[in-house]
Amino acid sequence: MSDHDAEHPDAWTEPSAYAGPSTPYAGDSAHPGAAEPAGQPPVTPADAADAARLVSFGLQPKLLPARDAEYADLLRRYREESAFARLADAVATGLGLIVLEVSPRAGMAVTAGEDSVFAVRMGDYARRASSDAADRFLHGLAHLAVAALAFPRPEDLADDAYIGRITVNGVDAFVRQACRRLEERAEEQGDNTDPASDAPGLEAGWRIYARRSATGATKDARRLAGSTTGIIGKAVAFLTDSGFLQRTGDDAGGAYRTTARYQLQVRDMAGSAAMAELLELGVVPVTDGSATLLPPDPDSMELAADAGLPFHS
Amino acid sequence: MTSPAYPDTASPQLSAGPRPAPGPAADEGLSRRLRALACTAPLHDLDVRKANLAGEYTVYAMAEVALAAIDHVTLNMDFDTGADHDQIVARLLPRVGAQAPDRPVAEHERVARWVLENLINVGSVDRGFRAVYGTFGPDGVYVRRDYDFKLIEEVPGYGGTVYLRATDEAVNVLVGALDTDVTSAQIAAEVKLEVLISRGRLADAQLAAEQARYRTVQYAETLRRTLEATRRNVRAVDWLHTVPDMIAEALDHVADRYRHENAILTNIRKARDEAEDPEHKRRAAELVDIVKDCIRRHTQLQSRLLEAGPLFRAEQDRQAFAPPAAHAGLDLYGQLLAPLLPLPVEQSTRATDAFFAHGTGLRTPTSVRVGDLVDLLLTPPLEREHLGAEMPEPDLIATPDDSRFSEEQLARAMTLLDLEHDAPRRLSGLLAEARRTGDTDLPYLVALLAVHAASPPVGTAYRQGERRLLFAVDDGAQLDDPEFGGADLIVGTALLDAAGMAADRKEAS
Repeated sequence: MSDHDAEHPDAWTEPSAYAGPSTPYAGDSAHPGAAEPAGQPPVTPADAADAARLVSFGLQPKLLPARDAEYADLLRRYREESAFARLADAVATGLGLIVLEVSPRAGMAVTAGEDSVFAVRMGDYARRASSDAADRFLHGLAHLAVAALAFPRPEDLADDAYIGRITVNGVDAFVRQACRRLEERAEEQGDNTDPASDAPGLEAGWRIYARRSATGATKDARRLAGSTTGIIGKAVAFLTDSGFLQRTGDDAGGAYRTTARYQLQVRDMAGSAAMAELLELGVVPVTDGSATLLPPDPDSMELAADAGLPFHS
Repeated sequence: MTSPAYPDTASPQLSAGPRPAPGPAADEGLSRRLRALACTAPLHDLDVRKANLAGEYTVYAMAEVALAAIDHVTLNMDFDTGADHDQIVARLLPRVGAQAPDRPVAEHERVARWVLENLINVGSVDRGFRAVYGTFGPDGVYVRRDYDFKLIEEVPGYGGTVYLRATDEAVNVLVGALDTDVTSAQIAAEVKLEVLISRGRLADAQLAAEQARYRTVQYAETLRRTLEATRRNVRAVDWLHTVPDMIAEALDHVADRYRHENAILTNIRKARDEAEDPEHKRRAAELVDIVKDCIRRHTQLQSRLLEAGPLFRAEQDRQAFAPPAAHAGLDLYGQLLAPLLPLPVEQSTRATDAFFAHGTGLRTPTSVRVGDLVDLLLTPPLEREHLGAEMPEPDLIATPDDSRFSEEQLARAMTLLDLEHDAPRRLSGLLAEARRTGDTDLPYLVALLAVHAASPPVGTAYRQGERRLLFAVDDGAQLDDPEFGGADLIVGTALLDAAGMAADRKEAS
């Protein structure tokens, strides 16, 4: 979470002039000439205000430390003064937030705890998702697919310097391709994949995605909200608002690149949470480190309507 | 041994042709192909006649043996001599033997010899073949013609020996023309287009050109997907064999297509210029656009192909040679998405919900103060301004008129130079007429315009579609004038073909 866990719990009472988390606690007595006069209260209301201010910066995920001098100053203070860092962490925890990382690149990266007032609820996110099980699944799947295409290799998710690039149509195409493979496999095995009509919950996930149309015409020329590109478009727009993606262009339904915050969120929170659920369901995926995200088979390739477009530019 | 003539297939395309006269040109391609077809007839004939031989010879594939024989003869030919009979028979034996391994060798030899003798056509007097085909003459009369040809001929060698040589017909048709990948849709589309255009069947040609472009896009799309996958994960793509092969193939394809499409473009341009029916002209013009688009796409594909290698190396550097990460990441696709899709939606929703809940970040809840709400509700809606801000009056400053000649003088000079196109005049005469007006500057302007006309702005006139153009020519006469020196130019007006130029411009664009 942060790098000051090794500190003595009594660090609260430390003079805050001590820099660096690795400074041994015993070193205190060796530096009697510390700037803070002894006896001053360790935490002033002003410190608390600053710590809360830093957390409030963290609540504005699109704000970049490099663009705001006050934000950058508070970040520096967080990294240099362990007492201030603990104070800010405590403020965040009290608000129901989880601190993912505090660094100049990601800023004060905080995310909502499970029952926090800041948490995003599926019902608020998409109204239909609360009533319709298929929509609920598709919205969740869209977020997972965006992350999977943004970080195609395990190394990409682990590498702090990696920046993923995605497009809305690209995400849809790759999920559809995965669905088509499953469909072919089911056909080879002669399975009847049609779900029983009284148990719609037993329908396989890929079928739900494959059944949903990729796009549709609307009166006002916007994306059809219920289509898969509409659902993915909503997901990326939402992630952009969360400061997780940045829009880079309009090709292929909208092009985006990832931010450091998104990588942290997926790596430290979402990926492991979803993985835990899968394990609980008894699914234990094992990979051998070889590539899993394969390009489509060129022989069976169908052309999308504007597939040649990238070559126009 | 004859190939039938097809008068029925010959006539409909003549009536459908774009040009009014069904001339011999339209028929030439057909008769050429009929002759080529005739050259293969002896080979088919071998397989038909083998049943009539004394003995059970149906197991042998005679046409195959015959083609092999022609290949051997062709390969053994140098500039003076060819192969002799025994040599060819000996080389054919392994193939004949393989076709019927349990038959005696003597029979194999008999078969090989029979095939060779039939290729020479030993039974006939002139040791050759004859085919009959029909054509329409220039006067529209149907004529049957004989076509005589040989496949393998015997030529005298040193010391009275006899050598075998494959004739030009055999080499052209059986060695050359048949050696084509008949399953290649690309080649077929190309040939079809070329043929259609040479016969003026533009409607079909347009369809074929569109199909060619579609295939072009397909190539580009395959490459794009491969490169995209490489960018994601180098190991997902086989860069050892598959992709280099594909790139080499695609580069060959581009080179080939580029050559062909330029040839086609030239042909269609010709067809367009020669076509008299406006409908055909328009179709041909559309076709030119399509083929141009094909060429443009090929050029783009080629530049992408050339970038593919560097991209792969850069991605390999980035992905494979980077120091391994301290902690292993999660394979989002392989470990989460892929195992999740086949699950029943009841179960998979639990995982997607967990991902959603932890992967969307946070939203700051909006809280409304009553005071703000009242203000907000009581604020009258903003009047929308239909007009923008008022434009400031521009402050104009008149620039001083410092031109040497006035508009009036120019008008007078132009009247003076407005000559009949069939009556050019000397500059000296024009100058004298200008002086008679009493304006001392006018002769200078006339001389200036005449000198300019010595290099007339043909390009501008062409672009603007002018009907007439002033020009001046120096025929060597000296100008005898108190104020000016040099050549006494002949100044005249040329009439331009405005309609023709307009048509040319449209074509060039």
